[in-house]
Amino acid sequence: MTRYVLGRIGQAVVVLWAAYTLTFAILYLLPSDPMELQLAAAGVQPDSLSAGQVAAIKHQFGLDQPIWLQYWHHLSGLLRGDFGTSLTQQVPVSDLLAQRIGPTLLLSVSAALVSLVAGSALAYLATFTRWTVLTRLPAVGASFPQFFIALFLIQFFSFQLGWFPATGGLVLPVITISVLASSVLAQVLIKSFEETLSQPYVVTARAKGLSRSAVHVRHAFRNAALPAMTILGVIVGLTVTSSIVVETVFTREGVGKLAQEAVLSQDVPVVLAVVTVAAAIFVLVNLVVDLLYPLLDPRIAVSGAAR
Amino acid sequence: MTVALRLPAVTVNRLELRRPLFAGALLYVSFVVVSAFWPRLFTSYGPIDTNPSAVAVAPSLDHLFGTDIYGRDLWTRVLYGSPLTIQATLIALGIAVVAGLALGIVSGFFGGFTDSALMRFVDVLLAIPGLLLALSIVTALGYGTVPVAVAVGVGIVPGFARTTRAEVLRVKTLPYVEAARAGGASWTRVLLRHILPNSWGPVAVLAVLDAGVAIIAIASLSFLGFGAAPPAAEWGTLIADGRNYLITSWWLSLLPGLFVALLVLSLNHISKTLQELTR
Repeated sequence: MTRYVLGRIGQAVVVLWAAYTLTFAILYLLPSDPMELQLAAAGVQPDSLSAGQVAAIKHQFGLDQPIWLQYWHHLSGLLRGDFGTSLTQQVPVSDLLAQRIGPTLLLSVSAALVSLVAGSALAYLATFTRWTVLTRLPAVGASFPQFFIALFLIQFFSFQLGWFPATGGLVLPVITISVLASSVLAQVLIKSFEETLSQPYVVTARAKGLSRSAVHVRHAFRNAALPAMTILGVIVGLTVTSSIVVETVFTREGVGKLAQEAVLSQDVPVVLAVVTVAAAIFVLVNLVVDLLYPLLDPRIAVSGAAR
Repeated sequence: MTVALRLPAVTVNRLELRRPLFAGALLYVSFVVVSAFWPRLFTSYGPIDTNPSAVAVAPSLDHLFGTDIYGRDLWTRVLYGSPLTIQATLIALGIAVVAGLALGIVSGFFGGFTDSALMRFVDVLLAIPGLLLALSIVTALGYGTVPVAVAVGVGIVPGFARTTRAEVLRVKTLPYVEAARAGGASWTRVLLRHILPNSWGPVAVLAVLDAGVAIIAIASLSFLGFGAAPPAAEWGTLIADGRNYLITSWWLSLLPGLFVALLVLSLNHISKTLQELTR
């Protein structure tokens, strides 16, 4: 078991490192001229500078070094918690992240919790009542672009009814993200429920005289909910990436909006940092789910111990 | 045997067309594609014709989606924006299908070290949440329809690679592959003639489903401001522009948004029905 845990942790670290390296490669190897791009991002017209000045600026950002050396500097900095310096704002990226991560964490965690409750409730009701409208609802919810949902909510709840503020509030952004995330969760849960309800032990429970509601609560729910746990990482990932569009629409000063601004100004170190943090959260949640899963589902634990 | 297998499929197809939702979804998708190629059939205005006497007019029979603050007909602008988004979606799907099929087939067919190496690479792609991977690619490539399409395409490669691999692994063990090998066919021939055509079904269904995913991602990226430069108007750009006038002219954002949402909904419904059919 210890070997399994250590192996799984090691695997997560390797995946995270590879994801970081891939993003670094995309950002630093792809553009036709990364230096010009970054000089432009720093607000400098490359043509207006003498060769000496260009060299000095490149030296300041470490862009005159070979790419593998730049990679090594970034990676070793990352291990010390140093994400480099923002090209447009001239401050450490870690300071920017620290300033802006609070609102995003609040938004993502609230949205994830709301989605868990709403998604499970929807799946539970849909499979219990067997109303086709309810079983189809998640597919509809997952089809609407988030910016559309956000704008619709603003128009209806802020401008028509005046219940919630159009910018800065927490309720509307959380609803926007939850529509998508709970739909995704409900789709998986409904499928899992349907499989569980056709299991022989459910038929047995019904045959010995238990009511449908009792079977649903006591026998089906736990077993149906377990497989759905594996997409917890996906749900958290969704709430994190959704923050980009949602924070932009609702003008929340979080990491999502930071990412949008960084791409607009081609602030490469900031983009790299945000992608790394998001990937780390995603990998971490998946790791925790994988480690908890055998504890919650004895059937997995047995096969895990046998390995 | 073939005839017996095909007959029920035809019957089912007819039944499907009688389902109002499926027929409606097909109709709507066809309408969007046709109107993208021949927008003149559905509107008498031009996409950049301004009309100072009809500024920010609410939707009516004259202007289905109303007009914007320059008096341009919004319905026309949505239809003329279609080719850009459809083009981007096709590029994205093209990248995803080709790369996904290649990765999946090589992985599933060769197995062993190649398989684990390629699948670990796919795992890494999956570890970077989709929109963020797209954002890094857009940062590196710059803005515009093609970079956005490439970014979205790369993001949906993993799904195709995994689906293809699973299918190849399934088909590889079937008796007719063994029979073909025993009959003296080379592995290349078996791969191209037997495995590829028979692994194609689920991949095609996934392509329809991912068309919806790609449209949302492309519209989101152009909504965030990374799409084609003005005056070209992708759907996402139209919706983003209308956002500033939401309080007075709600139709500028919401009607194009609804247009996109209905398209995605239709594609998802079609793919779901196809999935039920192939089962």
